[in-house]
Amino acid sequence: MSEKKKIERRDFIFTASYALGAVGVGAVVWPLVDQMNPDRSVKALASTEVDVSSLEPGKSITVLWRGKPVFIKRRTQDEIAEARNVKIEDLPHPEKDEDRAKNPEWLVMLGICTHLGCVPLGDKGEYNGWFCPCHGSHYDTSGRIRKGPAPTNMEIPKYEFVNSNTIKIG
Amino acid sequence: MSDHNYVPSSKLGKWFNDRLPLLTLADHLKEYPTPKNLNYWWTFGGILTFCLMTQIITGIVLAMHYVAHADLAFDSVEHIMRDVNYGWLIRYVHANGASMFFLAVYIHIFRSLYYGSYKAPREVIWILGMIIYLLMMMTAFMGYVLPWGQMSFWGATVITNLFSAVPFFGEGITNWLWGGYSVDNPTLTRFFSLHYLLPFMILGLVVLHIWALHVPGNNNPIGIDLKKPSKDTVPFHPYIVIKDLFALLLFLIVFAFFVFYSPNILGHSDNYIEANPLVTPAHIVPEWYLLPFYAILRSVPDKLLGVIAMFASIFILVILPWLDTSKIRSAIFRPIYKQLYWILVLDVLILGYMGAMPAEGTYLLIARVATAYYFIHFLIILPLLGKREKTLSVPLSITEPVLGGSPNPQMIKKKELD
Repeated sequence: MSEKKKIERRDFIFTASYALGAVGVGAVVWPLVDQMNPDRSVKALASTEVDVSSLEPGKSITVLWRGKPVFIKRRTQDEIAEARNVKIEDLPHPEKDEDRAKNPEWLVMLGICTHLGCVPLGDKGEYNGWFCPCHGSHYDTSGRIRKGPAPTNMEIPKYEFVNSNTIKIG
Repeated sequence: MSDHNYVPSSKLGKWFNDRLPLLTLADHLKEYPTPKNLNYWWTFGGILTFCLMTQIITGIVLAMHYVAHADLAFDSVEHIMRDVNYGWLIRYVHANGASMFFLAVYIHIFRSLYYGSYKAPREVIWILGMIIYLLMMMTAFMGYVLPWGQMSFWGATVITNLFSAVPFFGEGITNWLWGGYSVDNPTLTRFFSLHYLLPFMILGLVVLHIWALHVPGNNNPIGIDLKKPSKDTVPFHPYIVIKDLFALLLFLIVFAFFVFYSPNILGHSDNYIEANPLVTPAHIVPEWYLLPFYAILRSVPDKLLGVIAMFASIFILVILPWLDTSKIRSAIFRPIYKQLYWILVLDVLILGYMGAMPAEGTYLLIARVATAYYFIHFLIILPLLGKREKTLSVPLSITEPVLGGSPNPQMIKKKELD
């Protein structure tokens, strides 16, 4: 058509119908998409309390929180020193050990390799921390990535000491 | 497509066919003109149809006994193996059937690569095929999760975590896929639901794949366009039907060997240990048919780029009809492409082997070279080669090289008219 089409009242009705139709389709599709998100029973299991009184220095335990393993490690003085004496520039994902372990003796972190979600093995690897057997990521005694494909340090979950023997995660 | 002037012989048939022309369709399938020089590499379409039907039938039966729940799934699979009548047979056919399905589909795809079946006018057949292949991988992956063994659980964890590489939305996407904060019961139940759904979507796409095939007709080993029907074609029934059935019987010997003599050789023994979210197996390997892609994923040191490279290696196949610039279809008349084709086959086999090995040292280096070559083959060699390669002269018909004489188009045309 050479001349510009004249906008008529009917065009307004068409546009309004399409727009309303799109909103309607969106409103119907959203529940179908959202039903796949974590449900209320999953969200309800948000926190776990752990008794750590029997843990010796140098030992660690693994507890399950939200279906994921959490490492609770009581570090030795050597391990703390090793974690704190690293130059921050040498880290692929720079984070101070002081920020990761508020109480230097206790390291609480998600035991999940940030590459593709495997559980790293303790006291292994080139940095005396953790080693992921799946694709070869090495973590140091602060759970920071030092070598391998993982992009970031192992995550620190929200946690607090309820008393000197009990840690509440989540 | 040929015209249909089919008239059923019986009165009832004619009455029905006028209302729903199913008999016309059956006649089309029966008379469908097929190049008479098709070799045994062309029998894998039929074999694949058989594989899909086998998976659907055994799968429906297994679903009658399987329980999709994180606490019960592992035991229900053992229940199938020990208690259900012929449960062991049905499960072994289903599990090995997946491997046989992929074996056949890889031969089918590489047949297409050798004879240039993906080129005009068959691009849509090829793309539909690639979508089917993608759905097959998704279905197989989700099916492997259902027994809820260690490899199921950790394979699911690694593969779903691929999506965590997506910037900003990664965590939201993985939580949405899992229905939680890790692979758990909600993940298992949705995988079961989708594992049941996808084969029927594959079936629908197979119908489209065959429909799209019947528009231009089959490619053939010498890759030339044929006049249909002519002296260069034979009707699908009985010629191709019998040939396909014979090939299927040979294929079934291999299939039966795995099912009856080494039903677990293609699986991983760790999958007979129930899923445990606290312990990762020492060495996570996917099923053999996904190993080349796994090798590509691991050969890139960056997480996001590794995931991109893996998906790109599949997407690159979708756009292959436009990457290969050569007008000659069959490798028979492309002396350089023919050699590069075998190098590509070798490259993919090497990638598959590296995918099964630990990603370190020499293995990693070889995997990186093989990954680089894979992309170079499709992105650089094929576009350039098509323009430079000196191809051999292509016969004008299938009968010409046999009947001899000069490649005189007039002669050929005359022969075809006879």
